[in-house]
Amino acid sequence: MANIIKIGMADLNVTVSPNILQTCGLGSCVGICLWDPVTKVSGMAHIMLPSSSLGKTANDAKFADTAVPLLINEMKKTGADPSRLVAKIAGGAQMFSFYSSNDIMKIGERNTEAAKAALQSARIRLLAEDTGGSYGRTIEFYSENGKLYVRTINLGEKYI
Amino acid sequence: MPLYDNISETQLDAFREIGTIGAGNGATALSQLMGRKIGMSVPAISVLPFSQVPDAVGGAEKLVAGIFTTVGGPAPCNILFMFPVECAKTLAGHLMDRKYGKDEALDEVGMSALAEVGNIVSGAYLNSLASFTNLEFVPSVPALAIDMAGAILNTVLARIGIAGDHALLMETVFSEIEGNVSGHFFLLPEADSLEKIMEAIGVKG
Repeated sequence: MANIIKIGMADLNVTVSPNILQTCGLGSCVGICLWDPVTKVSGMAHIMLPSSSLGKTANDAKFADTAVPLLINEMKKTGADPSRLVAKIAGGAQMFSFYSSNDIMKIGERNTEAAKAALQSARIRLLAEDTGGSYGRTIEFYSENGKLYVRTINLGEKYI
Repeated sequence: MPLYDNISETQLDAFREIGTIGAGNGATALSQLMGRKIGMSVPAISVLPFSQVPDAVGGAEKLVAGIFTTVGGPAPCNILFMFPVECAKTLAGHLMDRKYGKDEALDEVGMSALAEVGNIVSGAYLNSLASFTNLEFVPSVPALAIDMAGAILNTVLARIGIAGDHALLMETVFSEIEGNVSGHFFLLPEADSLEKIMEAIGVKG
């Protein structure tokens, strides 16, 4: 029986097959999902901001650049081999369009870029992404097969 | 200094008091706009870790209309006015003198009517905050999104996430006395803004 493990904003978690990692209502945040195809260990981080240089807080899961190494480390403890990990990401939408161009409003785009950069520096291949747009997403990551399910309000659902 | 980690009970009380009067002004403005009686709850103030905020508004996947205003000045804040989507449609319908069907989406005009509601209520609220503190609060043009509550909160919380891991939520429920329109009004002060507001009204921690 598969358990669904919920991950909140600025949080991360790791599980094994056949469990499912879920995060609801990704807006400008990005869900970073990592999977080891051999041990079927999976991990998911729900990051809010691109870079820890923006502010010092105790929570490494909040920033793309610190969440990826932390997630890899947690997965290693559960039996994953970092050299085998592959990634899928979703989210990074721009929920509000303001008339004035404000940098923080492009936070979704910056989160996506930072997530990709963090994966690249950890030498993890990005297999698929569903990012951008102006709508929220709920995602479920299946440890069993590494599939990522994406659900939206108006644009249906899909697997990537 | 991390945000909200060392706020005292006295300061929360003072903040709640300003909030009550501010929200009262907002409710009055909304009543005048709609030509109906609008009630309001005494603001509930809570300091929550980010991961718990969506649950406080009925779940991350709940379909809501969010009206988001950023407030500039010496004590920058963010204001988010959130309605369940059915309430948003009823509200926009009252203002536009029409009715939105159950499966009908809000049109452009309805959305801009809703944004105007946000504008008026936020304005009334900020006026009372300004008169208490003698600080200037400069609201942006409101932006509107209709989507999952969690997705809307992401963007708003990202603005204060730079400074801390907790959100200070001031939640007031506006409700139409004869009907069923209710909404949540959130004020999220940015880093140092809360201290500045407290200093301006002379409440020490």
